[in-house]
Amino acid sequence: MAVTTTPRQKVGWTTANFVVIVLALFPVVWLLSLSFKTPTAVLDPSILPAQWTGSNYAGILTNYQFIRPLINSIGIDLIATLISVVLASMAAYAIARLRFPGKSVLIGMALLIAMFPLIALVTPMFTIERALGLFNTWPGLIIPYVAFGLPLGIYTLSAFFREIPWELEKAAKVDGATPFQAFMKVIAPLAAPGMVTTAILVFMACWNDFLLAISFTSTTASRTAPAAMEYFSGGSVFTVPTGPIAAAACFITIPIIIFVLFFQRRIVAGLTSGAVKG
Amino acid sequence: MSTTTPSTQVVTGTEAAKVTGRRGRAPLSEGAKAERRLGWMLCAPAVIVMIAVTAYPVIYAIYLSLQRYNLELPQQIKFVGFSNYGAVLSSPYWWSALEVTLIITVFSVSISLVLGMLLAQILHRTLFFRGTVRTTSLIPYGIVTVAAAYGWQYAWTPSQGYLSAAFNNTAALTNQVEAVIVIIIAEIWKTTPFMGLLLLAGLSLVPEDLQKAAKVDGATAWQRFTRITLPLMKPAILVALLFRTLDSFRIFDNIFILTQGANGTGSVSVLGYDNLFNALNLGIGSTISILIFICVAIIAFIFIRGFGTAAPGTNLGGR
Repeated sequence: MAVTTTPRQKVGWTTANFVVIVLALFPVVWLLSLSFKTPTAVLDPSILPAQWTGSNYAGILTNYQFIRPLINSIGIDLIATLISVVLASMAAYAIARLRFPGKSVLIGMALLIAMFPLIALVTPMFTIERALGLFNTWPGLIIPYVAFGLPLGIYTLSAFFREIPWELEKAAKVDGATPFQAFMKVIAPLAAPGMVTTAILVFMACWNDFLLAISFTSTTASRTAPAAMEYFSGGSVFTVPTGPIAAAACFITIPIIIFVLFFQRRIVAGLTSGAVKG
Repeated sequence: MSTTTPSTQVVTGTEAAKVTGRRGRAPLSEGAKAERRLGWMLCAPAVIVMIAVTAYPVIYAIYLSLQRYNLELPQQIKFVGFSNYGAVLSSPYWWSALEVTLIITVFSVSISLVLGMLLAQILHRTLFFRGTVRTTSLIPYGIVTVAAAYGWQYAWTPSQGYLSAAFNNTAALTNQVEAVIVIIIAEIWKTTPFMGLLLLAGLSLVPEDLQKAAKVDGATAWQRFTRITLPLMKPAILVALLFRTLDSFRIFDNIFILTQGANGTGSVSVLGYDNLFNALNLGIGSTISILIFICVAIIAFIFIRGFGTAAPGTNLGGR
């Protein structure tokens, strides 16, 4: 909050805002414009397409090489998010409300895993997954996604859960609510925003994954959308599939844009709760 | 939803646990024991998954790293002690990958720290379109790294991209130094918003009164920033730096799309990936994995001990 604002400062900050918006959006605008360029115009460095076409989108949305990975991405990421949030909620509830030995070990472990270099996992996991028949299957990606979603979930949720006024539950019971009613009508509504936020953050992290997706998949059976793009082909062997890749890149950004537009406050709160207040 | 259901038990269980959850180590009451049990039970699934997916593979990687193990030569699998470590540590590829990784980490983290601080100040001071600025700055954070990387790749492709066109049709991605710069730019663009948001949270903890008082005493804006804001923000800065440094050290996606690690632009993660999927050498691949793991541990240790960062969440338990 500015203490005092002179008109000149106002102009200064407004300009700064403008610069931030341009810098943040320009690369996205470029990608968007590329996705609307015709195959020939792709080789034209102008920022806006001379001629707009939807053919790249029509192409990828009828291409099994993109549709199937898209379905994989959505399915794998939703399942992984659901499992992570449920397991993380249980652990975070225990961390926020219960007294038990080993709590700090758990927190330390979650921190270690949050810092874990994914590549260190790739070689051994690759071998293990092939031995267990998990390689190139949905569970083969869901399991590591859950494991890496958990630390994020535990941190974010335990920060949220600590803010919940749990006494309200008792108050509701004094007022004659059954324990179940007290939970459903008082606690659940208070906990829900934190859980939604956590789910969004975990989903975004899974959606973004590329390394595990290219390492543990080999066909469209379980390949996710970010990993599928490099397998796109152009109109002929000699054309680089710039247009389709740009269209796919924009397409998989849509859920992110939706989350950011509708849950902007929550995402910011969630991102910073674990790290700063922690 | 108004009738009692089986979940009653769970709720009363925690309720009982809470009532008896007093301080004092003395003989554990039934309630305290129940609380312990419930705590462990609630954490168990998360702990099991995390251990199964990380600790176990790491131990297995240590084992693999001591073997000669090439998928193409299955007959020659054999225990070779630390010779894989010798091979990797005496290989110029490892050191050049480590150098590239460190250069990318140092530049991208320090530049995004400065820019993130500016962004935090802008977000903090802004009165108009605060929401708009915050929303737009979240887009680089949220966008799939690979998607953004394709955008950067095309932007720097000669006779196709606007950035290449702006720089005399340069083929920046085919030259080591220029490619590394492009990779750093892509990293900075993607990660500055996260840095900015973490710093903003720290900035909002700096009392406005202190700023005002210093202003009355005649401190300049710069003095106020270096003498008041920065020291008070130190914990937030260190946490943001720790997260970003470790994250940046693991860089893979941007390099993989932008250059595939060609022309000496590969990071240690790219090197590890290549050894597994191109050379099919599990022994060397695992050795690289373990070495990266050790590097990350060293960085974390330096931050937590050297800079006195309270590891994020360490005071979670002792609320």
